[in-house]
Amino acid sequence: MIIGEWKPISEIIAKLLGYKKLLVVGCATCMAECAAGGEKEVETLAPLLKMAMQKNGQPIDIITKTLERQCEEEFIEELTPMAPKVEVIISIACGIGVQAVAERFPEIEVYPGVNTTSLAVREEPGLWAARCEACGDCILSETFGLCPIARCAKGLLNGPCGGTRKDGKCEVNEEVDCVWDLIVERARARGRLKDLLKIRKAKEWSNSRHGGPKRMLREDLRV
Amino acid sequence: MKAKIGTNLEKVLQAGHFAVTVEVGPPRGGNPEVIKKKAGILRGIADAYNVTDNQTAVVRMSSLAGAKILYDEGLEPVMQMTVRDRNRLALQSDLLGAWALGIRNCLCLSGDHQKAGAGGKLKGHPGAKNVYDLDSVQLISVLKGLRDEGFQLSGDSVEQPVPFFIGAAWTPLSPPEDFRVLRLAKKIEAGADFIQTQAVFDVQRFKQAVEKAHEMGLTEKTAILAGIIVPRSAGMLKYMNNNVPGVEVPKELIHRLREAKDVQDEAFKVSVELIESVRSIPGIKGVHLQAIEAEEILPSIVEKAKLLPRPKI
Repeated sequence: MIIGEWKPISEIIAKLLGYKKLLVVGCATCMAECAAGGEKEVETLAPLLKMAMQKNGQPIDIITKTLERQCEEEFIEELTPMAPKVEVIISIACGIGVQAVAERFPEIEVYPGVNTTSLAVREEPGLWAARCEACGDCILSETFGLCPIARCAKGLLNGPCGGTRKDGKCEVNEEVDCVWDLIVERARARGRLKDLLKIRKAKEWSNSRHGGPKRMLREDLRV
Repeated sequence: MKAKIGTNLEKVLQAGHFAVTVEVGPPRGGNPEVIKKKAGILRGIADAYNVTDNQTAVVRMSSLAGAKILYDEGLEPVMQMTVRDRNRLALQSDLLGAWALGIRNCLCLSGDHQKAGAGGKLKGHPGAKNVYDLDSVQLISVLKGLRDEGFQLSGDSVEQPVPFFIGAAWTPLSPPEDFRVLRLAKKIEAGADFIQTQAVFDVQRFKQAVEKAHEMGLTEKTAILAGIIVPRSAGMLKYMNNNVPGVEVPKELIHRLREAKDVQDEAFKVSVELIESVRSIPGIKGVHLQAIEAEEILPSIVEKAKLLPRPKI
């Protein structure tokens, strides 16, 4: 899923100064799964904003809505009756949702309430960790199903740097496993350590955002 | 070693001498005199001098500029080059520029992550964008391509070959330990002519790792120079043992410095002993000495270790 985390309330408040009518929009998909922007978080954030604005001497009316998927037009249409009633929208969907809403309602200010951070899995309750960088050139078949692009701090392709800690954690974060240590362990368990001797050549980055904004066209699906 | 670049370091190694390289850290400012002063102190004690590339992810004078200053002072530089800050265009362009300026040895490194910031002692630039377009093994391949094929990574011609004596690093004692020798093998296959290792304090464990490399025939294919960091105190050793991945310091050594009456004198002795012990390991072809921001101590250490005068070839 896409994961994200709330922006500091003060940062959101700073954007709201001068407005009197606000819509807070959540998304019941990824941002709900990672507990940043689902219905529960919308209904938590809205009163917090109301109180903070009140305290600033700038009372604001807030309406709320959580869409099934904020990145899709048909769900965004549910906002149509509400949009004319507000001056500003805070979206706590991922960056895709924020932009989709902004595109649908270009006359209204739409601000993000979340920092979108990664493509991740929930490892444990309350703990999410990156798994994919959408690099556009998947190499998981050669790294025993563990992604060094998303999970190595240096995105190394030919094995671990010298920075693996004694306990197998990454030099950049003592809580994060060195993914190359994990890759080697898995290769060893399968008796295929020698597979990792192959020199992986420089990666082709052009099918990711490095090649310019990504656009995917499927002629067979066009109407 | 098949390379015929003609650098002093290469010639010393090919003649079978025990090589000495020394690290020269560039300043955090732009004053060339800092490097010139170090050159004056270190002249004649090593076969080549490494200039570090924004080590510990702190901005310093570029290794290319530092290497050129050493070159102009008559010292042979080893330009260190990390893949942290430059993509494949910038790396290759700087390599061509370095070569044009007379620099012929290059050490290919991953580089400390930008979050390192000198272990928190300096601010550094932890918010920097992460490049790592290539990894260190791929950078070695790039140098080999420029030298042996006369091609850039893309396959475009460089008109005439750009030969470097290619170096790489080895951290044998970091986990996963059994893979480290395979990673060394990859670097050699990619084209590493010489290797400078992570600092050695635990000679026994280092020796075991080198034996594995020796058994695989790797010590014949490349010249391994053992890294020696001159210790300054028990605290420094303890810090490195706990915080610098791949650096293993035996407890007895920390104890020895802690109990020493004259720490400086004891650290001096330790350094000389380390050089002598790694020298006796089959397959070790030299030492790479680092006295972080205390280079003035190195001439006497090299002399005491009976590594002077350096061969003239």
